Amino acid sequence: MTAHALASADAPASAAALATNSLDLPTLRFITCGSVDDGKSTLIGRLLFERRLIPDDLLATLRRDSLRHGTDGDNIDYALLVDGLEAEREQGITIDVAWRYFATPTRSFMVADTPGHEQYTRNMATGASQADCAVVLVDARKGVSRQTRRHAAIVALMGVRHVILAVNKIDLVAYDAAVFHAIAAEFTAFATRLGLEGVVALPLAARFGDNMSARGERLGWFDGPTLIEALERVSITSTMVPLPFRMWVQWVNRPDLNFRGLAGTIASGSIGVGDSVVMAPSGASAKIRRIHTADGDLTRATTGDAVSLVLDHEIDAARGDLVSMPESRPQVADQFAAHLIWMSADKLLPGRSYLMKIGSRLVPTSVTAIRRRIDVDTLEPLAAATLDLNEIGVCNLSTSVPISFDAYADNHATGAFILIDRETNVTAAAGMIDFALRRATNVHRQALVINKAERATLKGQKPLILWFTGLSGSGKSTIANLVEARLHAMSAHTTLLDGDNMRHGLNRNLGFTNADRVENIRRVGEVAKLMLEAGVIALCSFISPFKADRDMVRALVEPGEFIEIYVETSLEACIARDTKGLYKRALAGQIKNFTGIDQPYEAPEAAELVLTTEGASAEALADRVIDYVLAHGMRG
Amino acid sequence: MPALSRHLRALESEAIFIMRETVAEFAHPVMLYSIGKDSSVMLHVALKAFSPGRLPFPLLHVDTTWKFREMIAFRDAVAARHELKMIVHINQQGLERGVSPITSGSSVHTHVMKTEGLRQALDQHQFDAAFGGARRDEEKSRAKERIFSHRSSAHAWDPRNQRPELWNLFNTRIKRGESMRVFPLSNWTEADVWDYIAAENIAVPDLYLAKPRPVVWRDGTWIMVDDERLPLLPGENPEIKMVRFRTLGCYPLTGAVPSTATTLPEIIAEMRSSSVSERQGRLIDADETGSMEKKKREGYF
Repeated sequence: MTAHALASADAPASAAALATNSLDLPTLRFITCGSVDDGKSTLIGRLLFERRLIPDDLLATLRRDSLRHGTDGDNIDYALLVDGLEAEREQGITIDVAWRYFATPTRSFMVADTPGHEQYTRNMATGASQADCAVVLVDARKGVSRQTRRHAAIVALMGVRHVILAVNKIDLVAYDAAVFHAIAAEFTAFATRLGLEGVVALPLAARFGDNMSARGERLGWFDGPTLIEALERVSITSTMVPLPFRMWVQWVNRPDLNFRGLAGTIASGSIGVGDSVVMAPSGASAKIRRIHTADGDLTRATTGDAVSLVLDHEIDAARGDLVSMPESRPQVADQFAAHLIWMSADKLLPGRSYLMKIGSRLVPTSVTAIRRRIDVDTLEPLAAATLDLNEIGVCNLSTSVPISFDAYADNHATGAFILIDRETNVTAAAGMIDFALRRATNVHRQALVINKAERATLKGQKPLILWFTGLSGSGKSTIANLVEARLHAMSAHTTLLDGDNMRHGLNRNLGFTNADRVENIRRVGEVAKLMLEAGVIALCSFISPFKADRDMVRALVEPGEFIEIYVETSLEACIARDTKGLYKRALAGQIKNFTGIDQPYEAPEAAELVLTTEGASAEALADRVIDYVLAHGMRG
Repeated sequence: MPALSRHLRALESEAIFIMRETVAEFAHPVMLYSIGKDSSVMLHVALKAFSPGRLPFPLLHVDTTWKFREMIAFRDAVAARHELKMIVHINQQGLERGVSPITSGSSVHTHVMKTEGLRQALDQHQFDAAFGGARRDEEKSRAKERIFSHRSSAHAWDPRNQRPELWNLFNTRIKRGESMRVFPLSNWTEADVWDYIAAENIAVPDLYLAKPRPVVWRDGTWIMVDDERLPLLPGENPEIKMVRFRTLGCYPLTGAVPSTATTLPEIIAEMRSSSVSERQGRLIDADETGSMEKKKREGYF
């Protein structure tokens, strides 16, 4: 039974003795920071204990364990409660944030239990992104440490508005008021430098429960709040100017012809029936006719309400649009500066295409420059060519189309975004927009008199990009040359962009690192697009080992214009052919970053054409490409 | 009807947001429906999320054939009342092999009839997202699970490799053949669920209320003799006791608790003063150490 009791006690919040939330305060989400030695485990264990969230059977076990290997003599060691759970987590799930739940008679709480070990930046940022408040723990004997400053910096970066400084283990400095005041003053000064205002400092002896729920005699000199009081008093609603109305359209609710609602959750501000609204980025406007909810229509909806807005007339509106009011519109831009916290084991590659999710919008984006990396310990700016796991940088980003947003400092709901790796789908980064680099409204493209279709018509053909990808020596260039010769014989206007040739000219400043390969393909993609717009059939022969980069080129042009042709040859066959003698040198270690040897090749999953070269002649394969081009309307 | 507290309204809004996000981003979502109180709340919130339209996805019940009879009747009544598309899936291969909680033991029965059955149904209908009513406060491995929880094409969960969930920006990207389990009630506690059921007047099976029921004492808990399939062991004599259930599952595997709580307010009062956790009555959780995590990795909800 013991094993089972331990298992069920990990998340015992429901077995709670909870009174009603009589003041109807909103739930407070908070995180605890500080290194393990500062008493974080004891604090959480004690909190759960005081809120009667520890089942009786487990408490009995805890008493026994405390006697046996507790660090606290005959007293209960509350840290064992949490550490016992964490031991399990250390076997693998250490990167995780676990949420715990408890309530006092006046308020419900969610606390993020983030392990304070190596990977704290990512954990803390994840917890902090959802937190209204951070409890920063400091060991009274050690004072403000490097770790304290580091955590405070991340809290400030993530824009957590409320900070409680808990000077713990005050019992070990004999409940000395002077020690507490000195630490509080030092931390408050540092916090002010970070822009953290209104820090609430309090002394604590979590192990004995001093100043947790009750003051305790030994802290009679302290006239501030207990930890629970401080948490209960945190005001979530901003005391500053109310934020302007924002709602991301999540989903268009159209059950029948009589109802069309823009479903979403009010991200900030409020809206009423009769108000005028505009869609961003389109700029289309309308008035609110109804605010529908399942519990009946509302006359006014406010932050956090999940509603369906019915407009007075139909306008173009879809998922990803941002609804605002005409007098307080969001910014619209396609280039901006942002803070990034890198969360993936694969480094940031400037120039590579990632997916950005901001609100309900998903757009391709790339980092165009890393302005600086920030050393979180010292807040010093550092030069950087990439960002590694847990590193924080200030970067310039460029999106494929303009997006609507606010600065993160003004509005978290419209200034926060994530980056997703297009190949692995992992969440690669958390981002916070600082400001637009130039407003999209100011960078109109020059309108051209003659367009792509007109140029193509004159040539009597449908322009295409024929993209040959495959290992070095797979036969890409051989086949591409045959295809071009036949198209030329059919009077088609073509050009051939070849990897080796491009590297002699436009791309001669690039090497073969992952970052340079990405930039190589980006430039080739832009050139191919220009050729396409000139009405030409552009044959491109590039190893182009990364799927994300090929997809980036595909995204540059319209559907049907990018034809991915996978020249499939086994590595063994390529090594056997070795027409340029490169494999021999790569295998001997004389060439680094060689695709197939010490760099991966990501084979296409949905190529328009797959040409398996082994057992087929180059001519026959070229015929297949020609057939495809003819079938897809070369004479368009 | 009392107005919802800010706390409950925030939980409801969050669940609605998660459900709409799923419907907007996935081609074939489905809602796992297990008939219990959490499923009842999840369904209630879903009906609100897509109002005034109907649910834009079907429900799926993986029937082990050993559920309480009352549960099945309740399921069918709910489906009829809300005009729901309710898919009921039974692992026929398991049935043919004679798998049951009596002869195969709880571990094998649960794996074959629930986990395998669920995987069969998800594969058969090509669902790419499945809502589940699990809450983080239920069990330790759930506490760490994401709201959008990625599954490989073999339905496996990799707890070491979960995506961080920042703000409310859920990464819903999956590759072909992979799927997502979505838990809209992740941040609810057992107390929240009951408070919400009371405030919104949501129907739940009577099994949650105390009633005189025929039970036997077995493996340290009270097991209800729901039908004639439960073989009595030597010395076991069904007795009528006033009991209720805190969670609902397969009847031979679900322990009842002695109780006098016959109304919703009494249940809530009883729960608030209880000092043992909710899943304590579930025999399947106690099979082996870390047993829930193991089951989840294999594709159990």
